[in-house]
Amino acid sequence: MANGVMTQTQYIPYLAQKGLKSWILTTDHKRIGILYLVTISFFFMIGGLTALGMRYELMTPELDFFRSTTEYNVAFTLHGSLMVFFFIVPGIAASFGNFLLPLMIGARDVAFPRINLLSFWIYLAGTAILLFALMQPADTGWTFYTPYSIQTGAKVIMITLGVFVLGFSSILTGMNFIVTIHKLRAPGMTWSRLPLFIWASYATAILQLLATPVVGITLLLLIAERAFDIGFFDPAKGGDPILFQNFFWFYSHPAVYIMIIPAFGIISEIIPVFARKPIFGYKAIAYSSFAIAIISFFVWMHHMFVSGISETAAAIFSFLTMLVAIPTAIKVFNWIATLYKGSIEFHSSMLYALSFIVLFTIGGLTGVYLGALAIDVHLHDTYFIVAHMHYVMIGGTVMGFFGGLHFWYQKWFGKVFNELTAKAAWFLVFVGFNVTFFPQFFMGFQGMPRRYATYPAEYISYHAISTYGSWILGLGILIMTVNLLLPLMKKSNYPKSSNPYGSLSLEWQVPSPPPHENFDKIPTVTDWTYSYGKNRSEANAKK
Amino acid sequence: MSTTAQHAESHAHGHGLGETVTHNAAKFGMWLFLGTEILLFGGLFAAYALFRAKYPDLFYESHKKLDISLGTINTIVLIFSSFTMAMAVSAAQKRNRKWLMILLGVTFICAAAFGVNKYFEYSAKFHHDIFPDTNIFFALYFMMTGLHMLHVFLGMGIILALIIMAKQGRFKEGNRYTPVEVGGLYWHLVDLIWIYLFPLLYLIG
Repeated sequence: MANGVMTQTQYIPYLAQKGLKSWILTTDHKRIGILYLVTISFFFMIGGLTALGMRYELMTPELDFFRSTTEYNVAFTLHGSLMVFFFIVPGIAASFGNFLLPLMIGARDVAFPRINLLSFWIYLAGTAILLFALMQPADTGWTFYTPYSIQTGAKVIMITLGVFVLGFSSILTGMNFIVTIHKLRAPGMTWSRLPLFIWASYATAILQLLATPVVGITLLLLIAERAFDIGFFDPAKGGDPILFQNFFWFYSHPAVYIMIIPAFGIISEIIPVFARKPIFGYKAIAYSSFAIAIISFFVWMHHMFVSGISETAAAIFSFLTMLVAIPTAIKVFNWIATLYKGSIEFHSSMLYALSFIVLFTIGGLTGVYLGALAIDVHLHDTYFIVAHMHYVMIGGTVMGFFGGLHFWYQKWFGKVFNELTAKAAWFLVFVGFNVTFFPQFFMGFQGMPRRYATYPAEYISYHAISTYGSWILGLGILIMTVNLLLPLMKKSNYPKSSNPYGSLSLEWQVPSPPPHENFDKIPTVTDWTYSYGKNRSEANAKK
Repeated sequence: MSTTAQHAESHAHGHGLGETVTHNAAKFGMWLFLGTEILLFGGLFAAYALFRAKYPDLFYESHKKLDISLGTINTIVLIFSSFTMAMAVSAAQKRNRKWLMILLGVTFICAAAFGVNKYFEYSAKFHHDIFPDTNIFFALYFMMTGLHMLHVFLGMGIILALIIMAKQGRFKEGNRYTPVEVGGLYWHLVDLIWIYLFPLLYLIG
């Protein structure tokens, strides 16, 4: 539309309705998005606190903070399970995905709004089961490797049942999103005009559908193993413990892309807006998500290089693992090319997006490094892995998550936060993150194994620096959280414009917060989402 | 700007989605869900392939203890129920409420017969001291047929719901027979999985 304002006959923001019932029984995708956002943020905070506790323990070589090494094991199981199953897997896909998907494609809601709500309730049921089970300390780690998970006294059946239920929620959300993208795009919203966040959500949804059932059956088998002693994973009964690892990673490796691909989508949305340039290599970015999704199913054995698999298998999986780097690098190069000669504005969300590129590249390259067989044997189960994984998961996904929060904050809540404080918080997060995890590359390389509460004194300086870093990171996240929560409690801080960054994407063409039905009239799309060059003066004038 | 507020589509103005869109979306959604079901069983099929390659003799000897005639009867019952289900969908499309209810009823009875048959089969196994922990073959047998049985129960619930909806006259006008078609798709999958389970477990030769 030329004037950039979508006239609403009667504008009622989706947040207008109050009361508990209007939330727990809502089928509005935006409200369901908020329900997810609040829940995952809560678990992110708890998971973060357990991490701070572990880091505090590791400041000195002896056991001092926790009373026993089992307590430390319980802490890292809790940290891993909360962060993986409660926060990062459903994370961006369910919260931002729900909120943005219909808005971005010009629909009033997802294809199955009631299944969408059901999926949230199943997610809650899964978390309830899991939390209940975790009240009795569990020490299996989040991977439930056999045979230990069969022998331990922890409530493995309950925990895996919780994860199984969570998987159901994931499948239903993925199914809902794919159908929505196929069937509910506004007139003119062709596949080649789709926002890249939608492409990313689509690739993620496919992964959710293809991978989750396999972990589902794996967990059922683990339950049957404990309940009926079926012996699938027990060598004494002719079973194969490695089969569990194969099954588990067949899901869990694609799952790491379920965690990261939505973040790719967010970065692809933020960068062109603040570089004021059309995204470079649109199709390459869109298709590379699918290339990653496909390749991700053929690399799982790289988690098992030291489990006794054949050298041939290991060599093949090592090669396939390195293939993932190609589509991933395509994305990174395209983002950088978008920045090239752009008119860059350092909004807080852009700062997170730029840190994403830097940190994710470090995480990704160390991944290629780990994919090399001989090196992996040396680095397996050391802090090098811990550092690599956190560079991808925090440096990648969480940076994307924070960036998205700052970028769409006005759209979600119809409020503005303090930009200067946001930048200060970003600085602390960026510095704190690197101080925490960069030293872990060094100590891992020197042989410090992961998952231990105590360690030889020679690693103390690395561990101490890492712990100090975790405090800076924690402080940064605390300031960011307060900065984002304060405006919600005030009666002021309303945005001046519904499209302050001059974005061309559909969700910015409706008021903030959007009305209940999103669009007064379903828009007809006539142009590509990223035509920033063409309409540059117009878009700039609007700011 | 990338959009105009003009709306050409007729369904764009109404707040609900068009009937055709809803119908196609529901079918597409069910197909995707069925894909995940196949992958769920896929894990068991993979385990089956691994263990059968590893212990061919054990599989051959153990499978002799399964009752082929009961398995065959169940196969026929289930294939027949798939046929009546397909006919039920056709009846729904033709708005033939009477035949819809009869055919759904027959499908339900077949599903129940399958369950009763399975009950006798399981009890006979338990009677002969055969349990999931007897050996890998029977672990697979109980896991695969057990998970399949769960799906049969779920399918019976769906069929029952369809019968009640049909009785209430929910499939009268427009495209409203969508639930029958979607439920039918689900039931065919339950049948299809059994068609693979039967030879894999009962007909090892």
